[in-house]
Amino acid sequence: MAGMKELANRLKELEEQLVVCIRCGMCQSVCPLFDRTRKEADVARGKLALLDGLGKNLFTDPDGVNTRLNRCLLCGSCAANCPSGVNVVEIFIKARAILAEFKGLSPAKKLIFQKMLSNPETFDQLTKWAGKFQNIFTKKDKNAQGTSCARVVSPLFGDRHFLPMSDTPFRSSSPLINTPAGKSGVKAAFFTGCIIDKLFPRIGQDVVDIFEFHGVGTYIPKGQGCCGIPALASGDMKSFEKLVEYHIELFSQEHFDYLVTACATCTSTIKKLWSSIYKGSGSKIRERVKELSSKTLDINQFLVNKVNISLSQAEDNAESGDIVTYHDPCHLKKSLGVFKEPRLLIKASGGTLVEMEGSDKCCGMGGSFNLYHYELSSEIGQIKSKNIADTNCSTVATGCPACMVQISDMLAKKNLNIKVCHPIELYAKAIRK
Amino acid sequence: MTTQGVIGELKKIVGADNVLTQKEDMVTYSYDAAVLDPVVPSAAVMPENSEQLGQIVKLCSDNKLPITVRGAGTNLSGGTIPSSRASIVLLTGKLNKILEINEADMYAVVQPGVVTATLAAAVEKKGLFYPPDPGSQAVSTIGGNVAENAGGLRGLKYGVTKDYVMGVSFFDSMGEHVKSGSRTVKCATGYNLAGLMVGSEGTLGILDEITLKLIPLPKARKSMVAVYKTIDEASETVAAIISNRIVPATLELLDNFTIRAVEAYSKAGLPIDAGALLLIEVDGHPGQVAEDGLKVEELCKTLGAVDVKVAADDIERDKIWAARRSALSALAKLKPTLVLEDATVPRSKIPAMVKALQEIAIKYKIEIGTFGHAGDGNLHPTILTDKRNKEEWHRVESAIEEIFDRALALGGTLSGEHGTGLAKAPFLAKETGLSSIIFSRRLRKALDPNGILNPGKITGII
Ligand SMILES: Cc1cc2nc3c(=O)[nH]c(=O)nc-3n(C[C@H](O)[C@H](O)[C@H](O)COP(=O)(O)OP(=O)(O)OC[C@H]3O[C@@H](n4cnc5c(N)ncnc54)[C@H](O)[C@@H]3O)c2cc1C
Ligand code: SF4
Ligand code: SF4
Repeated sequence: MAGMKELANRLKELEEQLVVCIRCGMCQSVCPLFDRTRKEADVARGKLALLDGLGKNLFTDPDGVNTRLNRCLLCGSCAANCPSGVNVVEIFIKARAILAEFKGLSPAKKLIFQKMLSNPETFDQLTKWAGKFQNIFTKKDKNAQGTSCARVVSPLFGDRHFLPMSDTPFRSSSPLINTPAGKSGVKAAFFTGCIIDKLFPRIGQDVVDIFEFHGVGTYIPKGQGCCGIPALASGDMKSFEKLVEYHIELFSQEHFDYLVTACATCTSTIKKLWSSIYKGSGSKIRERVKELSSKTLDINQFLVNKVNISLSQAEDNAESGDIVTYHDPCHLKKSLGVFKEPRLLIKASGGTLVEMEGSDKCCGMGGSFNLYHYELSSEIGQIKSKNIADTNCSTVATGCPACMVQISDMLAKKNLNIKVCHPIELYAKAIRK
Repeated sequence: MTTQGVIGELKKIVGADNVLTQKEDMVTYSYDAAVLDPVVPSAAVMPENSEQLGQIVKLCSDNKLPITVRGAGTNLSGGTIPSSRASIVLLTGKLNKILEINEADMYAVVQPGVVTATLAAAVEKKGLFYPPDPGSQAVSTIGGNVAENAGGLRGLKYGVTKDYVMGVSFFDSMGEHVKSGSRTVKCATGYNLAGLMVGSEGTLGILDEITLKLIPLPKARKSMVAVYKTIDEASETVAAIISNRIVPATLELLDNFTIRAVEAYSKAGLPIDAGALLLIEVDGHPGQVAEDGLKVEELCKTLGAVDVKVAADDIERDKIWAARRSALSALAKLKPTLVLEDATVPRSKIPAMVKALQEIAIKYKIEIGTFGHAGDGNLHPTILTDKRNKEEWHRVESAIEEIFDRALALGGTLSGEHGTGLAKAPFLAKETGLSSIIFSRRLRKALDPNGILNPGKITGII
């Protein structure tokens, strides 16, 4: 294919990061995908070798490497476990961008990312429509997760159990909140994120209530959009950068101490990828991106470390409340090292925490991975749902709404009567009592 | 049959999903953990049971198509790098069942693709113990361990993989099924082919079942760290512990270079100006553990340890071993290329070997971090470099050769546990003499007249 040399040249930018891999193979022990398929091209070592090969002009076209590169949950389990400290996720995301630019985005992706996602207003409008219409296509099951399964079997939906979109997304029901710091002495801006906005507006409301209860000043500006990870995962740098710039502008209109999100994926994207991937034009804007990134915190972390919620002895040893188990989202534990805080909040809410086997094993969601490789994603998810069920819990909590979607789907498939929620929901319920 | 023809037949045996031929997939089977040049095979095939495995070997045998078996591909000597473009890689990833764990007779029967740590955890649940614990155990396979005679941290007291192989079955180069050894502690029938298969690196047959000895899980253990000003004092302590007839389960050494790397990486609070650390664990019956623990502590102090810290509980114990386990990671982060050597000497020669390594680092102007299993003489001099720097790489190659020479001069061996593969094949004659290599080649030729089993490894080209 023409231009392969040029592609190889562009990949040179990754060389310094690629040579860090010593091909030890230790990533095989944690890769959820490799666990299912046992194929080297599915694990980080294989994909890194392919990128290396592409940089050395081993291939006549980039498609085979591209397909394999996209078969990845971007869960970061490999990176978190890598003895050599290879920054796997960052490398993969950069490579996806280089390949997407080289090949051009598909028209469908162009429409979604460049027209819809990167324009928060259009996106909100469109999903509002979708929310109203989806009842026609789906029937509501009576299960604890509140998921529905597709009524008309469409090739896109298959036998997915998906959570109905809320009629009133959080961002439209709560247009602007701006209150000063109360007794906590801190003020936090809340980055809503798309999944909370569209599927779990109740979590957004819980955050607002908890902030009020603890006297945390709250800033929720109008017109928030997506953190950019779907665009980034598809290699669409342009939309990603547009979204970053948009939000930097939006959040610069008010002073606050922390930017808090209740979505593990948003937090990890803003904290890690905004600053490492955003190239932008001026050094000023990059500075501002860095500053906002460094102020960003996961909600559990924020409440425990900055609002100082702590446990009484009794709460720590409680064995009376509902049995709750906790799933560690990859983007919280592996990417940000946050795993103690959500557990503390569950206990502070009066739940009896029972650990499942492999609580930090990926649930198989992986964003668009779930869309394009639903079968594999479900195979991985079913291991999770079994581990959850084995604890005999009544509720599974997890700090990422994307994991909530996947786990709800997996539990619903097995007709398991287990509630799925965010630790924040349990905590909000406890303080309302 | 042409290679294409064979690939068609392979698909009939295992199904199209289990045969990979695209260039991209082949590139991912062209390397292992050794720092050597990759070779791309023609196809990779993943059997799901023994019958399929046998049929594949037979098919390749009939068509004289070379086979390289690959477990987790973590070996450090190039044992899974294909021999040529016209060859297939046989993947054991789906032959990963633990077939039996027999508590009464204390053995386990496994397929070759079972991951070492998975087996260790499964037997531990039953109060039993499979001691060989290579640093790669979270991914390495039992087949790979047997074929490399893998060691680990517990070699001193518990031995290495070869001490646990009771029996094997394998397909020979003709695709015939061969069995050797048994499920009994004693077995005196036939040649000890199981012994021959240990360390054979896929050159004599392809393992499909392995019977492993298990032992009771020790009831108690005690870990400690001793800090030394000089590495000489640390090595003298190693010799003294053993001559006092104490056999710790683990007796590991970290040199100053490694200590500083680990500390920079993990901030575990290690003394960065210490010349060396010894990490020691004794295990067994509670009474004996207490007694041995005290004795070891005293010995360390008498021989110059400036500080000896005994782990009070499991959390402190885990911290000690986490520091040891992070040694390789910490070193790996310093430079792009890491060459992990495993030249081994009789343990009384550890001080001399340590000195030799220091001289070599200076002579060739390279960085070497040394850590490893001091208790059994198996040090891991770890060279940190950047293969892209040609001039430095030449110096590294010369340094490696000198490490081999010095270890041999001290009565040691080129490799304590990483195997010969491609990396050490050219140097083997130095250790064993030419006649031993010729004997091995004749053995191979007799068993594998068409030379299809992992050509080029161990004995070079026959
Ligand atoms: C980080 C790291 C730490 C390590 N630490 C140690 C250590 O402490 N001690 C140690 O001894 N080694 C160590 N090693 C080396 C390596 O892990 C061992 O050699 C291990 O036994 C290889 O297992 P594998 O499954 O990866 O085998 P592979 O690398 O896949 O194969 C190794 C050899 O076995 C052959 N083989 C595999 N399966 C079969 C079969 N079914 N039948 C016949 N032949 C077969 C292959 O052809 C090849 O020649 C380490 C490696 C790494 C990367
Ligand atoms: S664990 Fe890290 S260094 Fe090792 S093969 Fe995987 S990515 Fe490479
Ligand atoms: S990011 Fe996750 S799925 Fe992708 S290679 Fe790493 S461990 Fe595997």
